[in-house]
Amino acid sequence: MTTRQVGERVQRREDPRLLTGNGRYVDDLGRGALHAAFVRSPHAHARVTDVDIADAWELDGVEAVYTWDDLDGRVAEPLPVLIPHPAMTHPRTGFCLARDEVNHVGEAVVMVVARDRYVAEDACGRISVAYEPLPAVVGLENARSAARLVHDDVPGNVSANLRQEVGDVDTAMASAPNRLTLDLEIERSACMPMEGKGVYARWDADDGSLRLYSSTQTSTGVRAAVAAKLGMPLAKVEVVTPDVGGGFGVKIVHPWPEEVLVPWAARRLGRDVKWTEDRREHFVSSAHERGQLQEVEVGFDDDGRLLALDVRFWHDNGAYTPYGIIVPIITATQLLGPYKPGSYRVEFWSMYTNTVLVTPYRGAGRPQGCYAMERTMDAIAAHLGLDRAEVRSRNFIQPDEMPYDHGLMFQDGRPLKYDSGDFPASLAKLKALVGWDDFAAYREQAAREGRRVGLGIGCYVEGTGVGPYEGGHVQVETSGRVNVATGLTTQGQGHQTVLAQIVADELGVRLEDVHVTTGDTRRMAYAVGTFASRGAVMSGNAVALAAKVVREKALRIAADALEVSADDLEIADGVISVKGAPGTSIDLRTVAVLSNPLRYAFDASAAAATQFAGTFDPDKPPVADDDEPGLEGQDFYSPTQATFANGMHAAVVETDPVTAEIRILRYCVVHDCGVMVNPMIVEGQVHGGVAQGVGGALYERMVYDEGGQLLNASFMDFLVPYASEVPHVETDHLETPSPLNPLGLKGAGEAGTIPVSAVIASAIEDAEGFPIRSMPISPAELWELRRTRATDPVPAQEGPS
Amino acid sequence: MSEQSAEQQLPITLRVNGVHRSASAPARRLLSDFLRHDLGLTGTHVGCEHGVCGACTVLVDGEPARACLMFAVTAQAHDITTIEGIGHDPAALSPVQQAFAESHALQCGFCTPGFITTITAYLDEHPDPTAEEAREAISGNLCRCTGYQNIVTAVLRAAEIRRERGLA
Repeated sequence: MTTRQVGERVQRREDPRLLTGNGRYVDDLGRGALHAAFVRSPHAHARVTDVDIADAWELDGVEAVYTWDDLDGRVAEPLPVLIPHPAMTHPRTGFCLARDEVNHVGEAVVMVVARDRYVAEDACGRISVAYEPLPAVVGLENARSAARLVHDDVPGNVSANLRQEVGDVDTAMASAPNRLTLDLEIERSACMPMEGKGVYARWDADDGSLRLYSSTQTSTGVRAAVAAKLGMPLAKVEVVTPDVGGGFGVKIVHPWPEEVLVPWAARRLGRDVKWTEDRREHFVSSAHERGQLQEVEVGFDDDGRLLALDVRFWHDNGAYTPYGIIVPIITATQLLGPYKPGSYRVEFWSMYTNTVLVTPYRGAGRPQGCYAMERTMDAIAAHLGLDRAEVRSRNFIQPDEMPYDHGLMFQDGRPLKYDSGDFPASLAKLKALVGWDDFAAYREQAAREGRRVGLGIGCYVEGTGVGPYEGGHVQVETSGRVNVATGLTTQGQGHQTVLAQIVADELGVRLEDVHVTTGDTRRMAYAVGTFASRGAVMSGNAVALAAKVVREKALRIAADALEVSADDLEIADGVISVKGAPGTSIDLRTVAVLSNPLRYAFDASAAAATQFAGTFDPDKPPVADDDEPGLEGQDFYSPTQATFANGMHAAVVETDPVTAEIRILRYCVVHDCGVMVNPMIVEGQVHGGVAQGVGGALYERMVYDEGGQLLNASFMDFLVPYASEVPHVETDHLETPSPLNPLGLKGAGEAGTIPVSAVIASAIEDAEGFPIRSMPISPAELWELRRTRATDPVPAQEGPS
Repeated sequence: MSEQSAEQQLPITLRVNGVHRSASAPARRLLSDFLRHDLGLTGTHVGCEHGVCGACTVLVDGEPARACLMFAVTAQAHDITTIEGIGHDPAALSPVQQAFAESHALQCGFCTPGFITTITAYLDEHPDPTAEEAREAISGNLCRCTGYQNIVTAVLRAAEIRRERGLA
């Protein structure tokens, strides 16, 4: 029997290639292509009054210089609003090149195409753009005050306002024996993949067709958007996603201006054109996330059980809203975590500012929601003098209450209904892992040594694997090679391995015979993309379904050839044999030959399928009416709703009594993503997620000045953690299968990031003995908080209401 | 009328991955661009172009150096080793490459060549590091995917493989 692959810590299939310099990222392609570079706005808000490009043309090697006036057709129109929502009353998107106004530093104004990037940047330096600066709106406070507007025709700077309520919050709050209010703040960070964006367009003038390579999280999305913008038939556009050096959300947005302009220029010039984003461009012209102001009012009984939860928050969406209000919707819904709120009302305002746009970054609104909920849980525990884990436990949804419907609408327009999960079991594992009950003794011992330590906790639930669908295509070649294709893209999640593990099991073939292609519209034209921790859930189940189709066909053909019933056959290691009689067998590759009736033999094995070989029924056509040639099949997985993973984290931190330096001594994770296809890869996702969470909690922030200049747009100043800042992560797992999909999978990609800011805030609060209400937090800020507390021990805007 | 580009092509002779190469490049051309786009050695990746991320780390006369902070012409007469020189055959991984595969020390793989070159040079000097020393050794390179934990494991495992192969 073949060893079952799902559940094994299989080494990654993609690694030998990536480890030896044989990866192919987009900038590795297109030697000889022309290079694009962009003149970008130095102003956060300004009118463009004149563009003088004459000097640029003087340079040898410059092939084209374009402004908005040069754009034609739909390329000159605003970029699409990708996810419209009825609550988004004022969606606004930019142009590929600014028409007459710029709304953030970094917005593209002029495109240069030249022999190489050096010349293109030289030419950019020779272009003069005249601006009439306008007052900039920076920060949520200024956006809310609306003394100045980002877009003249958007009153109050509000792009969207959405309110959901379950139960009667006002009544429940009024009668609650305890009430607290919390004012919370969380700042911007960004995905910061090590590879920025990049686009390479190959225009075939003879064929009138375009092949576009893009470092994207959705090749089908880019294909549809570019075809629409360029007015091309879909059949003449193919999009290939090569190796991608990390995404984390920013590359799901599409089409980026460059994804439209580069192929547009390639067609116009009849030349291959490429663009590779540099790091500064990535800081000022891609996307950020996280920034919110939150007001929480909570009513609870004397045991700490929630009776009413009333949340209002303001979400900074930056200058434009191409990705709609997905991020604040997720904050609003996933804020509830593993808890029953009693009654719940949430209202948010999505606000324009003259800053880089805000679109999903790993966690996608959940870190903010988790932060609000978990800060609230700690505040309740402190108010009642109860153990923080106990308060959480008393509010958990219990396993026998699953499926649990919160009565809210989730980000996919479908009910927020948890499918499974065992929160008490997760908490018990976490408490054991971190030594929750022994911490008081540890704290006392540390105190005797003059050290200050704290223990923090955070719980989350994550809706993963949202629809609408993904597809799988499985094909067995006559060599026995199994080709698998799915349309979503890969940015390091190991899809070439986990999808091969699934197909190896479902089809009954050896892992090394399975070869997976992702993100190539030539191989799978229907797909959605890689986001929302959906890769394994969606494409995993899709390729499993496709493998079943192929398996059934293979068994049917083998049954004919062996003259037995298909029910008596099994497939293992690529050989179909009669159960209990392994001598009677046929190779899958031979079945592949027989599946395709031939006139011409292309090699010796193919002769078996030619017209004079073997016997046949002369009354039947070679390919039956309900059949197709070839041993291949396709299927799609489309779930009714998301499947909900969950996890709980705990951290021990030490804060220096003098310098306020913050060190994470231990970091513990209990994670439940249902069935794990490859535990090694799941743990890797958790480690990486926690590291990004630590960055967001302690080091990373986007520092804008009041004029809208991003002051730390480099890796020197924006502090992505090195190995020296990231703690060793201790993990434990629960596997509560999802009842919603055949493989029982839940997503794992984003989980590690979600609760980290909440956990670190909780731990610092525990160490210091005063509330932490703003994250990230630096040693200087903690030091300042200590100083303020010493002079004014009661926080001004907080307390029983 | 086009201005003639003032860029003078300067001859460069150097050794790359053990092979003598002669080429020419303008004075301002970065070593990273020269390796990637002129010599076609695209395994050296460019993550920030300001010397912080370490993705472009190559060995110059055996010592790790950021290829984005060097001009190609300054590599004149030097011996450069890129990831392709550490091991270019997916079926014949170097000890560090093998350890990365076994330890799941890479995800997207973009920063990986810079780590491999850095660690390869480190283990030449420090063949038996502790976990703490291993973490310190990789603390000049950024990785956004792995959280570094498995890279630390890979450093230790690579030291073992070197011994198993009789290389240390």
